[in-house]
Amino acid sequence: MTFHHRPERPGFAEAWRGFEPGLWCDRVDTRDFIQRNVEPYLGDAGFLAGATPRTQKVWEALTPLLAEERRKGVLDVSQEPSSIIAHGPGYIDKELELIVGLQTDAPLKRAIMPSGGWRVVADSLEAYGFEPDPAVARIFTTYRKTHNDGVFSAYTPEILKCRRSGVITGLPDAYGRGRIIGDYRRLALYGLDFLIEDKEREKAELDSRHATEEIIRLREELTEQLGSLRQIRVMAERYGYDVAGPARTGREAVQWLYFAFLAAIKEQNGAAMSVGRITTFLDIYLERDIREGTLDEAGAQELIDDLVIKFRIVRFLRTPAYNELFSGDPTWVTDYIGGMGDDGRALVTRTSFRILQTLYNLGPAPEPNLTVGWSTRLPDGFKSFAARCSIDTSSIQYMNDDLMRPKWGDDASIACCVSGMATGKQMQFFGARVNLLKALLFAINGGRDEISGAQVGPPLAPITADVLDYDEVMARFDVMAEWLARTYVNALNIIHYMHDKYCYEAALMAFHDRDVLRTMACGLAGLSHTADSLSAMKYARVRAIRDDRGLVVDYAVEGEFPRYGNNSDRADAIAVMLTRMLMDKIRNHPTYRDALHTQSILTITSNVVYGKQTGNSPDGRRSGEPFAPGANPSNGADTRGALAAMMSVAKLPYDDALDGISLTISVVPTSLGSAEERIAKAVGGLDAYFGSNGFHVNLNVLNRDTLREAMERPEDFPQLTIRVSGYAVNFVKLTKEQQLDVLNRTFHGKF
Amino acid sequence: MSELIGSRYELRRTRTGAVEAKGRDYAEVFPEDLEAEADEEVGGYVHSIEVGSTVDGPGIRFVLFLTGCPLRCQYCHNPDTWHKRNGKRYTLGRITREIGKYAKVLKLSKGGLTVSGGEPTMQPRFLRRVMQATKAMGVHTCLDTSGRLGRNLTDADLADIDLQLLDIKSGDPATYERVTGHPLQPTLDYARRLSDLGRPLWVRFVLVPGLTDDPDNVARVADICAGLEPLERVEILRFHQMGKAKYETLGIPYPLADAEPPSPELTERVRAQFRERGLTVY
Repeated sequence: MTFHHRPERPGFAEAWRGFEPGLWCDRVDTRDFIQRNVEPYLGDAGFLAGATPRTQKVWEALTPLLAEERRKGVLDVSQEPSSIIAHGPGYIDKELELIVGLQTDAPLKRAIMPSGGWRVVADSLEAYGFEPDPAVARIFTTYRKTHNDGVFSAYTPEILKCRRSGVITGLPDAYGRGRIIGDYRRLALYGLDFLIEDKEREKAELDSRHATEEIIRLREELTEQLGSLRQIRVMAERYGYDVAGPARTGREAVQWLYFAFLAAIKEQNGAAMSVGRITTFLDIYLERDIREGTLDEAGAQELIDDLVIKFRIVRFLRTPAYNELFSGDPTWVTDYIGGMGDDGRALVTRTSFRILQTLYNLGPAPEPNLTVGWSTRLPDGFKSFAARCSIDTSSIQYMNDDLMRPKWGDDASIACCVSGMATGKQMQFFGARVNLLKALLFAINGGRDEISGAQVGPPLAPITADVLDYDEVMARFDVMAEWLARTYVNALNIIHYMHDKYCYEAALMAFHDRDVLRTMACGLAGLSHTADSLSAMKYARVRAIRDDRGLVVDYAVEGEFPRYGNNSDRADAIAVMLTRMLMDKIRNHPTYRDALHTQSILTITSNVVYGKQTGNSPDGRRSGEPFAPGANPSNGADTRGALAAMMSVAKLPYDDALDGISLTISVVPTSLGSAEERIAKAVGGLDAYFGSNGFHVNLNVLNRDTLREAMERPEDFPQLTIRVSGYAVNFVKLTKEQQLDVLNRTFHGKF
Repeated sequence: MSELIGSRYELRRTRTGAVEAKGRDYAEVFPEDLEAEADEEVGGYVHSIEVGSTVDGPGIRFVLFLTGCPLRCQYCHNPDTWHKRNGKRYTLGRITREIGKYAKVLKLSKGGLTVSGGEPTMQPRFLRRVMQATKAMGVHTCLDTSGRLGRNLTDADLADIDLQLLDIKSGDPATYERVTGHPLQPTLDYARRLSDLGRPLWVRFVLVPGLTDDPDNVARVADICAGLEPLERVEILRFHQMGKAKYETLGIPYPLADAEPPSPELTERVRAQFRERGLTVY
């Protein structure tokens, strides 16, 4: 029996020296490796090292390029279609870089990825002043069908109408769906040869199965994955590395892991390209080197700094329209940091600190999307350091590890913003979101769009009463939501069928197990406005105001009504009801590849676009005004302080929003008390929120004036970072509209 | 009777319908405010509730501001809490239900309830019941008091208060009287009593340039502090002008209208005076 035996392969004994063996030695099992070898670090941040002159030099080499990119929008573009083996090696500073590899042959030069859709590529090129290469255009318009072409060849007229009206928006039908996370650690732990053998085994196991559509598709996909793995060998060779075997040192582990991730970002322009959960894994290698005397703290920090520099310059070519949805050029290189193990040990290591330390060594930045997995049981030293980083940089988001772990295990990562998934064992079909508030307005208007007047939804009898009756509106809203859920799931099934077919993520899926759990990640926008509108009908008097088309276009509210976000059960219960209602309706419809139905309450920055497409609403929101982001209370409605708002959001049931519930909170520094006590107060606030089942929070500690100054003098604030909804951005890279939206949100003067 | 509008600011409507501030009686302490509470359904007069305070004790606090205060501190930033009946009447049940909603988060944040004012000991019966009910939930309790009416609390009451935030507004008796209109001694007696009973406390001292900043005055407060066994920390509260608008709304004279917040140098000098005596200063 070969159980717990190290494979008799050349180089493995050296690479795995000092590691506790286990199941991971025979089969790909990164979690088992971590669990057996992790050394939790329970101390404080005192051990950390600053940036070395080398690190500073590499980072400063990028400064002029980043400044030029800010001015131009896009620094440069290569029109050679991207792939793992496209483009020669690229460097920031070949002599100084410890970790190498760029998406193209020069930093910040973006590549085209036309398999998603040619029109998007052409529009992006033209928007930034580049002429599309006619030869490439010909290939992707004449010979090669794209994901985008596929989707539109199958969309129904109903879906097209929904898309046009904005009741369903932001669908990944013209851009890469992303939100797939390869377990890139596998390349470091096992090397390429082992992984290729393992994939071949997975494929061979299917040889005797009936060639059903499912098996045929899987065999083709596995062949694609094997092809990607073989291309990684070539890509690494160009940088002078042989990644056939496992990494032998900390530096190699970082480099191997980065090569695997680089393959992914050369292959896919995904909406979010998370890197997974890497720090505790890498820590095992770094600490071994330190023990062996071949690395010191400054050296370990340098490796993490270098890796983070690479994450900060991940770039994709995208259209200005995309920027309206997801503003500020985000790539969502999300890393999940910390969290707890199933056995009760914290998965916090020195490297969890080191990656946060990059915010000081390199200054604040939106990427990578640093995501702390919070548990009330995390070590105090780490809690305090994370809180300190938030107070100083506003660059961190927090996730409730205690809610996620029972669902996705203790080796989960975050895709994009708030979507938890078991690393390497699970993927999602990203589904953007529906506009719940607009659906409510449709229900009032008999399925007609309140702005255009067009019949979009099913032609129900419109409400004709002068004063809106809660029960009557709810009865129609129920039917409207049912229709919306069906249309929505149908659209997503089409999209993901075509994405698999024309734009398959072979490089990412190569770092997954063959049989993954798939989720159909639906979403909703406008929760707070919908809840407040219904609360107004229930607890106050809402008079409908109709125009000459007979459409209800405005509302007059008499009396007071409770609003979601003040820890008032009456209003919060409506938000909970809405979450469950839509989820139940989504579950009624079959999904492509039997994906598990989930939904998120997350808007990213599309809350601005959704608001633009939605007329006046009964909660007093004016036509065109941005929605509150994610699960946030409506701007200004949360009058009882941050804590009360957090308690309201914490009531939303995670079981009915398994793709995540996003809250973005901005507090002014003084709301956290005196300077000496701020860290302790912030830790207390996070413990309070997460201990009450809050799921996620973006915490900004900022004054409005700082943002105002940054709008006036953007050149003075190149690194000013703020958390928006599920990610962070350079404030100065937001559109003017988005900047104003952020400014208009509630800044809590008290916690 | 004049018609009171709103609970926070005592304003009244004139015969012609205009709203004017009722400032005339503001400096007065109404005798009925000092009377024992009527033995009706337990309740109290509440100015406001603030959830999520980070400056009224450890952790994150649920702060219950009661109305009624015998002192008339020159720098008071809550003159709208002076009169008990200026508050809104809440039953004990309503208040404890509201606290109960936050019990878990208060515990998780290592915070709790702080009863402030006004002077909460103006309503000892209500205060007692609120503290008892909150303790029963396992939530940390804090009392923010001047100690002037400390005699209203029994030793059993004190046992239900986990931490006292005791304002010692001056150390020199004459200065104390000038600042508050009241003698210093009752506060000293209260502080001594807390110390003898071993009840944990933080002392707070409001630093107002030209009013409380005399080195001798500060030294005396520091000396008092140094003699308190269970004292955990001293908080120097820097005077601010955030209460100014309230005086204007209420139409009452504000003696410190032109006072400035203390400079960083002055604040540091005062902090040092406390630190010299081995005290923990915030």
